[in-house]
Amino acid sequence: MGLEHAFGDSFITTQLDAVINWCRKNSLWPMPMGISCCAIEMMAFAGPRFDVSRFGSEVFRFSPRQSDVMIVAGTTTYKMAKVVRKIYDQMPDPKWVIAMGACTSSGGMYRTYSVVQGIDQFLPVDIYVAGCPPRPDNLIHALMTLQKKVQRGESRGSFPAYVGDQKLNQPQPLPVKAG
Amino acid sequence: MSNALVVEKLKARFGEKAVESQEFRDELTVVVPKETIVEVCRLLKEDPELQFDLLADLCGIDMYTPLKRFGVIYNLFSLKNKHRISIKTFVEEEEIRLPSVVKVWGTADWHERETYDMFGIVFEGHPDLRRVYLPEEFEYHPLRKDFPLMGIPGSLPLPKK
Repeated sequence: MGLEHAFGDSFITTQLDAVINWCRKNSLWPMPMGISCCAIEMMAFAGPRFDVSRFGSEVFRFSPRQSDVMIVAGTTTYKMAKVVRKIYDQMPDPKWVIAMGACTSSGGMYRTYSVVQGIDQFLPVDIYVAGCPPRPDNLIHALMTLQKKVQRGESRGSFPAYVGDQKLNQPQPLPVKAG
Repeated sequence: MSNALVVEKLKARFGEKAVESQEFRDELTVVVPKETIVEVCRLLKEDPELQFDLLADLCGIDMYTPLKRFGVIYNLFSLKNKHRISIKTFVEEEEIRLPSVVKVWGTADWHERETYDMFGIVFEGHPDLRRVYLPEEFEYHPLRKDFPLMGIPGSLPLPKK
């Protein structure tokens, strides 16, 4: 009703990509990878007070096959890294990763042999959130920043990955054997 | 029940030399040779006057000394007498094995696995001595004093990016 009033008997032209990205960004389904205490803040982010459904991202899916964005919330140990990667690999393209909190982004206060010093060592991370743990507002801000990235069609994890105008990790041509 | 009674009972059974005891702020610590550890534990648990029926904790220590480098500490509690003591035993670095007390207290199972994981102390007679925390393929024992805090590069592989 609003749109008809504004545009009358006209029509809008746009790019198909832009429409698809607009749809995607307003219904990002998160995969809650709640590994430790940051997960509590992630729950508050989904709960009624902070209410992430205002940004179209309230449908937390505990199956990676139904989600677009993985929120890695918590200290990732070397033993857990394999599990996180396995779940990430099961998510369909296009996919995004939010590294929530100091531990996830850099190892945080756990500067020790058992903790991965930043999950970007084994995952392509799109957004880092500072804080120990970050407040739900920070995570909402991260989500809004991610929405801008999605609108631009950027993703580090999808294949081939797009960041800005750059295409990352493109399929390489097969080497041709001489002779 | 007093600490003196515990020491008296142990000395009566194992002899003066085999039981070394010290008291600090009313807490008794008994050091026994590793060969007798199962017998000592069984006596403390099954004696009707003592009844140390709860193994509150079992942990390892690394003294980082040439002799008696590694130790195992058993913290016992008697639910009936509301009394706490701890038992200590030491092993040499070359001969890093001692008998398991799983048959005395079933709860020792995971505690001994953890001690094995962190210090590499082998408990003979343990039903399933595997690592608890660290991956199976890890080759080191991280709570040893000669293990670097940040680990050994490449010892814990990450998935490919």
